[in-house]
Amino acid sequence: MHPHAFDYVRASTVSQAVTLLRKHGDRAKVLAGGQSLIPAMKLRLASPEILIDIGRIPGLSSVREDGGTLRIGALTRHRTLEESELIRGRYPLLSDVAKVLGDPEVRNAGTIGGSLAHADPAGDWGAALLASDARIVAVGPKGKRMISIDEFFTDTFTTALEPAEILTEILIPKAKPQTGGAYKKLKRKTGDFATVAVGARVGLGPKGTVVDVRIAMAAVGPTPIRARRAEEFLSGQAVRAENLARAAKFAAEESRPTSDLRGSEAYKRAMVEVFARRALETAVDRAGR
Amino acid sequence: MVTGARAKPLGGGAKARAKEDGGHPVALTVNGVRAARRVEPRTLLVDFLREDLRLTGTHVGCDTSHCGACTVLVDGRAIKSCTMFAVQVDGTRITTIEGLASHGRMHPIQKAFKEHHGLQCGFCTPGVVLAAYEFLQNHRHPTEDEIRVAISGNLCRCTGYQNIVRSVVAAGALPASAFAARRSSARRGDSRRRAGR
Repeated sequence: MHPHAFDYVRASTVSQAVTLLRKHGDRAKVLAGGQSLIPAMKLRLASPEILIDIGRIPGLSSVREDGGTLRIGALTRHRTLEESELIRGRYPLLSDVAKVLGDPEVRNAGTIGGSLAHADPAGDWGAALLASDARIVAVGPKGKRMISIDEFFTDTFTTALEPAEILTEILIPKAKPQTGGAYKKLKRKTGDFATVAVGARVGLGPKGTVVDVRIAMAAVGPTPIRARRAEEFLSGQAVRAENLARAAKFAAEESRPTSDLRGSEAYKRAMVEVFARRALETAVDRAGR
Repeated sequence: MVTGARAKPLGGGAKARAKEDGGHPVALTVNGVRAARRVEPRTLLVDFLREDLRLTGTHVGCDTSHCGACTVLVDGRAIKSCTMFAVQVDGTRITTIEGLASHGRMHPIQKAFKEHHGLQCGFCTPGVVLAAYEFLQNHRHPTEDEIRVAISGNLCRCTGYQNIVRSVVAAGALPASAFAARRSSARRGDSRRRAGR
């Protein structure tokens, strides 16, 4: 399978990429790791006339804590996050994602920024970063701006990025004590997208109550979505199995799955409940450590 | 078992020569040998390796990034060459299955696959071996579970994976030096010969 013919240009800086995007507009697509774009081009679901390769732009693939923030460069490979001691030790929710996304070869090539900008509603990073209260840094013709992850996904395969903006960085609040996270994914096989997946981050107060909770779901809506009623219910509650189970039930109710070859709507909803409960249980367990 | 084709110069097909006036330049090192071509930007890395460089040990299975038969190493990392454009790997070091054997002698991981019957039809084998090779560079004596995760991007329709896992277990017990990034004298010799042309 071969894509339609296209012109190829490699950008060596972000500003050069922005200039190229401005010049070529809708005719261009941005290429990072290519693990979503190239399959789409081979199936001719996407046929850009020009590919702007940002994959070699230096300085966009570091993972580090900086003051109160974890900063992840947009070109960071999934595998780098999987292998990062910092992520493994302090950001278990992200670590979970990096182990279940795609397969080892895909994780060696694909980037977190590319995955987010692609905005597949079943993509793993979207739900994980919604649960992590992330912010997205975008650079465009007017300079740099910050987009809350809650406003980033506007529709299926559609983001708040302006046509000539490049996603450059992901910012996540630094891990706090007594806070834990988890990402639980149901998939038919390695490399598959989620049938359903749930990410949860839970912060515990001194008396074992939930003082901070974010829950987000993948593959059960037009975009990754928060389970806000589940969050509201759980806030202030004691950490007890029945409360986590009840929150999971809320999450299932507010999920919006559709029937497809991965399962019926009813099955997916039932699985959201199971995976939300497991994500919450694991997040609470990790918070208590 | 696949043996080294490195000694041969990397052949340019008629297709490659026909494109010399156009296309995008790609210069890279494949199995220690420098190669420079002009390619259409839409040329997939797997087709570049197979058709332009005539290294047909890298296979096309599903052509949709699922099966892993096209796995090669780019700067030491296993990737699926059906899901990467040749222009993206300009300037990198590529290792294909042809690059593992040295002086016509199989690499220890290839020997392990032979001894433990880690293949039947052999179609998936180049990809499985390279995925395992990358994994074993950083993991000595891995568990079976770790091995199964490491090769989870590579499908085999014959073996049921049992003997593949046994082969990787055996290779994982070899000294780390077997998996150190190798630059054999033969390869450097090849490079010089190519560069001298």
